[in-house]
Amino acid sequence: MSTHSVALARHRDYVGSKVGMWLFLVTEVVLFGGMFLLYSVYRSDYPHDFHAAAGELDTLVGTINTLVLLTSSLTMALSIAATHHGNRRLALIMIAVTVLLGGVFMVNKYFEWTAKFHHGIYPGSPFLLAHDKGEIIFFGLYFTMTGIHGLHVLIGMVLLTVMFFKVLGRPADSVEFVSGHGLQRADGGALALLDASGHALWKSEPIDGSIERIVVQTKYRPVPRRFRVEDFSLLENVGLYWHIVDIVWIFLFPLFYLIT
Amino acid sequence: MHHDLETTHEPTGYGVYVLTWVSLVVLTAITVTAAGFHFGALSVFVALGIACVKAGIVLSWFMHLREEPRLFHIILLITVLVLVIFIGLTFTDVLYR
Repeated sequence: MSTHSVALARHRDYVGSKVGMWLFLVTEVVLFGGMFLLYSVYRSDYPHDFHAAAGELDTLVGTINTLVLLTSSLTMALSIAATHHGNRRLALIMIAVTVLLGGVFMVNKYFEWTAKFHHGIYPGSPFLLAHDKGEIIFFGLYFTMTGIHGLHVLIGMVLLTVMFFKVLGRPADSVEFVSGHGLQRADGGALALLDASGHALWKSEPIDGSIERIVVQTKYRPVPRRFRVEDFSLLENVGLYWHIVDIVWIFLFPLFYLIT
Repeated sequence: MHHDLETTHEPTGYGVYVLTWVSLVVLTAITVTAAGFHFGALSVFVALGIACVKAGIVLSWFMHLREEPRLFHIILLITVLVLVIFIGLTFTDVLYR
């Protein structure tokens, strides 16, 4: 029996997935950039109204939320570092803490917004409409920008929860060898484990159309000190998203809370 | 760019991220304190300057931009330039109307 070995490479485009993620982040930056443009134009038109309106915002709550989000960025980065070090337990803990801190941020936001509503400050409220035009615009921008930002935090929390279960449900690492076009070349053949003399220790069932991909299951993080950059690219991409949301807040915080 | 199957990185140590976080917290303290002083028209530029430094730190360390290929830097640079052009051009209209 002659065995014909086919060079079958695993195909994962790490750089491609990162470039794709960054291009998406660019659209996020432009989305918020447009709103920052509106903010800056109206602020130059109504500087005094903006200063007066910003006095209504609680600097302490804003500062606490800034620290919460910065800390969540730290735990996010630590969770990725932990996967690189092969420490799955720490990675899981850090992802959970990140989601928790995102939750703390949203709860703070909830109390902050409800306090505003109780003072009669919400878009189109009679109380607000009695104020100067610039103050109405300030709170319109405040609710829109922090609202869309909060929505991003919520989406990030959902993505991180999914990642938590993905990392949790991955006790063994598997290296993908064949999928897609590679499978056509293996069609009709079989997998074999060969010893040094080329003798087959084990042979699989024939590969037919029902096979979707061929993987080799390995122990979790077989080489602890070194990691392949394409590993955990999904978690890294979610991390990038989380950090860009943090960066947006880094700009929102001084522009809304610190201009009194 | 050479990224084959064997591409490996030494993992970044935890301490680097903790230091990154400490620097961000210190900068937050500075920006909150600086808001207490009245620099007048300058205060917004002080606040934005500190925010830019903080964003740079997050991008470089938390988002690993300093380890990424040049392509990623170009993508970011173009984005920032587009925003600067948008805002700059708008203000040539708004300021001299």
